[in-house]
Amino acid sequence: MTITRRQVFALGAGVAAVAITGLPRVALAEEDKVQAAIDAFSGGATPETANVTLTAPEIAENGNTVPISFAVDSPMSDDDHVTDVTLLAAGNPSPGVATFHFTPMSGAAEATTRMRLAKTQDVIALAKTSTGKVYMDRKTVKVTIGGCGG
Amino acid sequence: MASSKPRVKVPKTASKDEVITIKTLISHKMESGQRKDSDGNPIPRQIINKFTCDFNGKTVFSCDLEPAISANPYLEFSAKVPESGTFKFTWVDDDGSEYSTESKIAVE
Repeated sequence: MTITRRQVFALGAGVAAVAITGLPRVALAEEDKVQAAIDAFSGGATPETANVTLTAPEIAENGNTVPISFAVDSPMSDDDHVTDVTLLAAGNPSPGVATFHFTPMSGAAEATTRMRLAKTQDVIALAKTSTGKVYMDRKTVKVTIGGCGG
Repeated sequence: MASSKPRVKVPKTASKDEVITIKTLISHKMESGQRKDSDGNPIPRQIINKFTCDFNGKTVFSCDLEPAISANPYLEFSAKVPESGTFKFTWVDDDGSEYSTESKIAVE
């Protein structure tokens, strides 16, 4: 079978179309996973962007240990305290990072830990209070060397 | 991995109802399950998946960890001290073993 010049162009256009439509689909799957994780945590409620302060470096040289901390503004009394805080990394193979469970005995809803980041991405902190409110904060961290490699 | 050695930093004394900061670190490789060995076979996941801090037998703070937590997991958090007592820290490994340590605090 001989391939005409016209067929070559048609083939090229087809490949280009696949390349264009293929890429957003990957990004979309990532967003879907994050959205699913947010929904699972909040129970369907739309998180309010307030009260949570997420502290992360703007640029992380080593994605293997990225220091991250959060603080939630809350009276931490018996009737109004933060019960759970979850950290999500949007661009990691699996978005879950850690879930913290607080009690009024915790005194303050804040914690610091070190996490792995596979690439430059958004880190999300979600907080749930005993009064049923869900709060959120989001930070972009630029990663020079990814931390999930093998 | 019996070599996991927990380290905690808790103040020795506190005033009543003071909110103190506790720092903990445990040596653990936190194998994520994403990496492959030199033959290309995936290395099975082995991480610490749960951490709990109890004060006089009552849970103050706990945490579920995922593979995205770095090796030698470090945690810093707060606790309120209503009375003298003992903090007990427990880490749970994927293989079921538990590492724990205790620290006393006195209220003046």
